Amino acid sequence: MVKGRIEIRSESCKACGYCIKFCPKNVLDFGKDVNPQGYRYITMVRPENCIGCATCALMCPDAAIEVYREEA
Amino acid sequence: MEKKVYSRTIGINDSISGFCPGCMHSTIHKFIGEVEEELGIVERLVRVEGVGCCGLGQKYVTHDTTLAPHGRACAVATGLKRTSPDSIVYTYQGDGDLASIGLAETMHAANRGENISVIFINNAIYGMTGGQMAPTTLLGMKTTTTPGGRDPEKKHGYPMHMCEILNQLTAPYYLERVTIIDPASARRTKAAIKKAFQYQMEGRGFCMVEIVTSCPTNWGLTPVKALDFIRENMLKEFPLGVIRDHGCEKSGSSETN
Repeated sequence: MVKGRIEIRSESCKACGYCIKFCPKNVLDFGKDVNPQGYRYITMVRPENCIGCATCALMCPDAAIEVYREEA
Repeated sequence: MEKKVYSRTIGINDSISGFCPGCMHSTIHKFIGEVEEELGIVERLVRVEGVGCCGLGQKYVTHDTTLAPHGRACAVATGLKRTSPDSIVYTYQGDGDLASIGLAETMHAANRGENISVIFINNAIYGMTGGQMAPTTLLGMKTTTTPGGRDPEKKHGYPMHMCEILNQLTAPYYLERVTIIDPASARRTKAAIKKAFQYQMEGRGFCMVEIVTSCPTNWGLTPVKALDFIRENMLKEFPLGVIRDHGCEKSGSSETN
């Protein structure tokens, strides 16, 4: 089982929701915190499901997501 | 062993882009950055940008940029490429810039077969100036200058299909229309940009990639709903696909990604 992890540049996120829509494992959702621009930036709500496919990073307009993958 | 599989491209800097949430200008800037990194042309890439939201990218990208007078990006790019043939010159223009005020420059640069790449962002509306009707606005689409919807009966005209118009000319080498509504189409868009740059490096001539995008702010939709609007309305008027690719006919597909 491939395990993935993402790092979010919270100040760049504009909460457009593309990553949430296209994540195949429903890992992401809007968080409770607000960034300096006033957007509720995304967080990993189900980090254990992440497979590191990088679809969220591909779709993110603002390049706010970096993806790491751990292969067993 | 953990490895990084997706990192922020060096083609854009660390600042926060000036674009609205969900605006695909920023996605395209990211793809251009990734492509220049993959092709190793970070030092050689020069961007000529049109007026409008396109100009917001000037402080966001790390390669050289210049701002052309309204609509004249293809003319400025022609001069740049001719005087500095080692540079990879591309224009980055919206529908108002390329298809309206800059139509003459675009047509003639294409007709001369200038060795430049054109990235044409078609979102069917004037974004920065406040949502006026563009030449590519769909019939029935409400804008601030067509509050009752675009209507040919009221002499508003019909949407212009730039790829098909340029396809009437002999000189252009590569014309393709793409979009960014899901991961597959996003990868195709990146591949099309890469192909346009590669053809220019090989000296093939005029290449244009038309990217059908959204303007959530002026369409009055959320970014995710705007994707559905592209799929259901924009793509019916602007069908995707390769309109012309002389490289493919001669030497087989150089499809990447």
